[in-house]
Amino acid sequence: MAKVKLAESKINKIKEICTSFGNKPGEAINVLHKVQGEFGYLPAEVQEVIAQELNVSVAQIYGIVTFYSFFTMTPKGEFPISVCMGTACYVRGAEKVLDEFKRELKIGVGETTPDGKFSLNCLRCVGACGLAPVVLIGEKVYGRLTPDGVKDILNEYRS
Amino acid sequence: MHLLVCGGTGCNASRSQEIAANLKSSLKDNGLENEVQVILTGCFGFCEKGPIVKIMPDNTFYTEVKPEDATEIIMEHVVKGRKVTRLLYTDPENKQHVADSKHMGFYKKQMRIALRNCGYIDPQNIEEYIGADGYAALAKCLGEMTPEQVINEIKLSGLRGRGGGGFPTGLKWEIASKNHADQKYVVCNADEGDPGAFMDRSILEGDPHSVLEAMTINGYAIGATIGVIYIRAEYPLAINRLLVAIDQAHEYGLLGKDILGSGFNFDIELRYGAGAFVCGEETALIHSMEGLRGEPTFKPPFPAQSGYNKKPTNVNNVETYANIPIIITKGADWFNKIGTEKSKGTKVFALAGQINNVGLIEVPMGITLREVVYEIGGGIKGGKEFKAVQTGGPSGGCLTTKHLDTPIDYDNLLASGSMMGSGGMVVMDETSCMVAIAKFYLEFTVEESCGKCSPCRIGNKRLHEILEKITKGNGTMEDLDNLRNLGRVIKDASLCGLGQTSPNPVLSTIENFYDEYVEHIKDKKCRAGVCKSLMQYVIDQEQCVGCTACARNCPVNAISGEKKMPHFINTELCIKCGACIEKCKFNAISIC
Amino acid sequence: MEKINIIIDNKPLQVEKGQTVLKAAHAHGIEIPTLCYYELDGVKLENRPGGCRICVVEIEGRKNLAPACATEVAEGMVIHTCSLRVVNARRTVLELILSDHPADCLICPKNGKCELQSLAQRLGVREIPYQGEQSTYRKDLSPAIIRDVDKCVMCRRCETVCNIWQTVGALSAVNRGFQAVVAPAFEQDLVKSPCTYCGQCIMACPVGALSEVDQTRQVITAISDPKKTVVVQTAPAVRVALGEEFGMEPGNIVTGQMAAALRRIGFDYVFDTDFAADLTIMEEGTELLTRISKFTQGDKNVKLPILTSCCPGWVNFFETNYSDMLDVPSTAKSPQQMFGAVAKNYLTTKLGIKREDMVVVSIMPCVAKKFESQRDEFKENGNPDVDYSLTTRELAELIRQFNIDFKTLPSEDFDNPLGESTGAGVIFGATGGVIEAATRTAYELFTGKKLEKVDFTELRGLEGVREATVDFNGTPIKIGIAHGLSNARQLLDQVRKGNSGFHAIEVMACPGGCIGGAGQPFHHGNFDIIRKRQEAIYREDAGKPIRKSHENPYIQALYKEWLGEPCGEISHHLLHTHYFDKSKHIEIEG
Repeated sequence: MAKVKLAESKINKIKEICTSFGNKPGEAINVLHKVQGEFGYLPAEVQEVIAQELNVSVAQIYGIVTFYSFFTMTPKGEFPISVCMGTACYVRGAEKVLDEFKRELKIGVGETTPDGKFSLNCLRCVGACGLAPVVLIGEKVYGRLTPDGVKDILNEYRS
Repeated sequence: MHLLVCGGTGCNASRSQEIAANLKSSLKDNGLENEVQVILTGCFGFCEKGPIVKIMPDNTFYTEVKPEDATEIIMEHVVKGRKVTRLLYTDPENKQHVADSKHMGFYKKQMRIALRNCGYIDPQNIEEYIGADGYAALAKCLGEMTPEQVINEIKLSGLRGRGGGGFPTGLKWEIASKNHADQKYVVCNADEGDPGAFMDRSILEGDPHSVLEAMTINGYAIGATIGVIYIRAEYPLAINRLLVAIDQAHEYGLLGKDILGSGFNFDIELRYGAGAFVCGEETALIHSMEGLRGEPTFKPPFPAQSGYNKKPTNVNNVETYANIPIIITKGADWFNKIGTEKSKGTKVFALAGQINNVGLIEVPMGITLREVVYEIGGGIKGGKEFKAVQTGGPSGGCLTTKHLDTPIDYDNLLASGSMMGSGGMVVMDETSCMVAIAKFYLEFTVEESCGKCSPCRIGNKRLHEILEKITKGNGTMEDLDNLRNLGRVIKDASLCGLGQTSPNPVLSTIENFYDEYVEHIKDKKCRAGVCKSLMQYVIDQEQCVGCTACARNCPVNAISGEKKMPHFINTELCIKCGACIEKCKFNAISIC
Repeated sequence: MEKINIIIDNKPLQVEKGQTVLKAAHAHGIEIPTLCYYELDGVKLENRPGGCRICVVEIEGRKNLAPACATEVAEGMVIHTCSLRVVNARRTVLELILSDHPADCLICPKNGKCELQSLAQRLGVREIPYQGEQSTYRKDLSPAIIRDVDKCVMCRRCETVCNIWQTVGALSAVNRGFQAVVAPAFEQDLVKSPCTYCGQCIMACPVGALSEVDQTRQVITAISDPKKTVVVQTAPAVRVALGEEFGMEPGNIVTGQMAAALRRIGFDYVFDTDFAADLTIMEEGTELLTRISKFTQGDKNVKLPILTSCCPGWVNFFETNYSDMLDVPSTAKSPQQMFGAVAKNYLTTKLGIKREDMVVVSIMPCVAKKFESQRDEFKENGNPDVDYSLTTRELAELIRQFNIDFKTLPSEDFDNPLGESTGAGVIFGATGGVIEAATRTAYELFTGKKLEKVDFTELRGLEGVREATVDFNGTPIKIGIAHGLSNARQLLDQVRKGNSGFHAIEVMACPGGCIGGAGQPFHHGNFDIIRKRQEAIYREDAGKPIRKSHENPYIQALYKEWLGEPCGEISHHLLHTHYFDKSKHIEIEG
């Protein structure tokens, strides 16, 4: 007998979400969206519960999670930083801005700082190309960013 | 009088919500809140100069407005009737202020069909949409036309799919209508994934009802009762506006059971994408809608035969749909007079990159690249030299100076080794290295390839590796042959549209910028100064005054030298970050 | 069948409407190379993702090359299977696949049987112009199956077999792009997945990404140890397939040569699992009759139907997926384990040797048997009843290693007392065989009458799910048969719901039963091979002088001498087992 352990409140929440989608396997992506919205990420145990509720194999759920870049199995930082690497931002120097974030935070793309405060990711075009290069911290958009401005922005969140 | 405030994602990020709020409170302070309306609209397109505030009916166009400017706009323009000159757009040519947006270069050559309501109406108010002739097309279809007539009208209009492929829309509808089934579906592809393209998002944010209306018409035409909008989860504003619009349409009896008393039932639901570019391909999109990995399958069978839940499904993209209602109301004859012989109507492009007027534009098919770049786009930023335009996003190719006067339509773009794609248009100047650009796009494709078919999964990886090798200065002339052969095979043998187009950036840059590749390979030189491995930073001993600014700012301590004496860069340590160049006030540091 | 006209390689042809280009070409002797395509037509299993792009052809009027495996022919279609454009693309695609594939062919388990290798040969690839990064993964070593995913070519055959045909769900495509690979959830090892070790993924794998655990070395070591008495048993399905490994036609029965080869390799005693199959029938048949009679007498503690328990993949499947029904299957051990128990308890006494000094080797058409033999409940103080379980393919390797010219070997008999079997034991190798064998015995025990017609053809066949009612002298006995775990699932769901009218159900995990087992010579999707093995099984049965298990004189002697009676005290200890809940349980933390 293999055991999967998870807090009761989480199990109930996942079940509630699955039920709200009729426990249909075809709703897997909607369920994953909702659950990730709830917990911030999709750890293995959570996927096990979803698989059981939707009556599909957990391998299949994992296959979906790893296919879509929106889903993540690692918790994001308190302030998730997303650097837009769309073409418009790229030709206006997004890579240099990204490098500066890496240097300032001493982490790579897809990583979270040891204190859990910041995580760094790239994304493709938020559609604010007029403001290129663009960086999102949480929901907030920072436009026309230069490497020089990186430190100041981070300081807003550091205190 | 109306004050239109742009509420698109770009302007929103520059605090346009705050601007609207300040305008409102200032109006209230002046007791004008009942006379003058403040409307948060969709995107005006001129994102470069956002946030935008436009005052109707006199078309005054204020740019780069800050929340603090609100009081001045109200006090001066609204109360005293004097334009706030400092906020007006300045023509870069003659440095004159332009008050009326109709006279701005950016708008002069544009023709707004798909974007007809963006920037004019409040997208969250169905009555404004109805006021702008909205849902008249639906009423006409349900009341006066048979499904066959609707399809025929679309066929006659010559409208082709705006998502990239350019398949005739009417024909697509006809095929779906002829496949009989107990249930059919209409799907709107709003999984806009091209990095640098945001027309679909702008339409959904600025004019969501036009898409809902068109989908309902589509449902009526092919006999479907369920519509699904597959939208990127990264577009929260658009999702929100769609949800509001769907609710309103229900309230007004324009969605749901027995629409407009015609007996026709139609409903629309949303499905969220989760970050996979390949889901723009319709079979992959359908699998994603079914809760599976978004892998494409071989066509035929086409979705029109066996699509969502194995039922006949018609998939069109947002911009295609946005054209439908106006074609119905104004007629196919009106529409097919616009554009070129085989490409009718207009096309929305997202103009980005090293160009003065970044933004969203809609132009008639057949316009030249020169008009787009120099007249609408206002020329290259900083007066630099135009080098190339990448159209069609990662699946497209580069157009160069020799294509500047080619009329833009589906067929000409294909013939030039590029494609329409969804309408990304990234302008590049001499600071862009074409090998690096090809590599940038390949990096994207490698990341976004679903991995199902071997040419795309492994081939693009190999293309990228070869480009990496060339930009590192290790390329050989044989690599160019390999790039070419591999690129052609990947295009020819890949399973879906992603792989069938992914080598385009490589092939078209080799074709158009062959010399640049050869320079990288033979001379180990990158003329744009982008490929770091091929650059060296040098301090000119004559120019250097020994101010030590460079040494102090070097992150890796690669610069040494006595105070007031010329400095040196240790090229072994140098990471070519460029910090020293930025700090040097004496132009003593150069790249060679 | 409606015919349409097409042109392939300038030849006008009439082909069946609705066919794929691949099949239409094949029907006219034009062989288009394939890689990801896999079909077992006998059980309607098909994998054609159209992903490898090896079978691409040029179709006039189409912009891109089209995969022959997934493209339907159409009236007037003009197809080129070997134009310059096709040949170049096909070769380039193959070079790409090879550029992400390890070049350790010499020591690869699929060496010589690898479809990628033969493709490289056929297309004349001598170098790989596109060198670059190769995918690397950790090797996954389970007790039965080895996953060496570096070799995966993403043909998706294993995924299809595991999910569609077996509904096991151990594997899925994960990640995307260059990182895409087929793996269990969280890319963990198979042991942590719901894998049943049926091994059909190995059969499907065109390359060496999936293979069985090789134990030939351990067996040779045991044979070379003079202190050890090495006993071998051979399963029914092995004898109708082993010949294929030596170039013989499928369906050749090589029982005698096999016994001779095993003796030449150096096994001390060459016995037959068929003997243990007869023993299984005695135990399982008796259990069935007891259950039926108790059930008809209204005993509420008795469950019907009874399920066969010979197939280890199937046992793993119900322990994982039907853990709420562990009292439904028969408690009888499988023939392999019954043999092991008899050998290590009865035979050791008879030979006067210690348990530790006997090594029991089994030759099985199966990969899951490796797992079964290592189950804790089949060990005594850590010493397993069956020490090593080899596949048919591993036996063939041994025969080659010992330089035995298999084809010219004389036919020899098995040793006694565990070598004599009936036709009933033989048919265990084909789907429906176990239940037919049980019926032959149960009928006579139930009715007390002699069975005139031993061939129950209604129980034979290749349909995924079969049903039949056998008249036990006025009492109708309803029998269900399934091969393939997806089919078993159908029957089991009925049992769970309580609307199954069967008295007994036989389940085999592999297509066609053990003859299509994952330890058998590779058939590469040619189902005719399985059909021929099936015919051979029934031929062997028909040729046996005794065809009912309870008439096997050595079985009768075993009961008389040692066991007493079926399902008696000793049987209960040595020939029966119990099952474990292996399902996943979500538990509250803290």
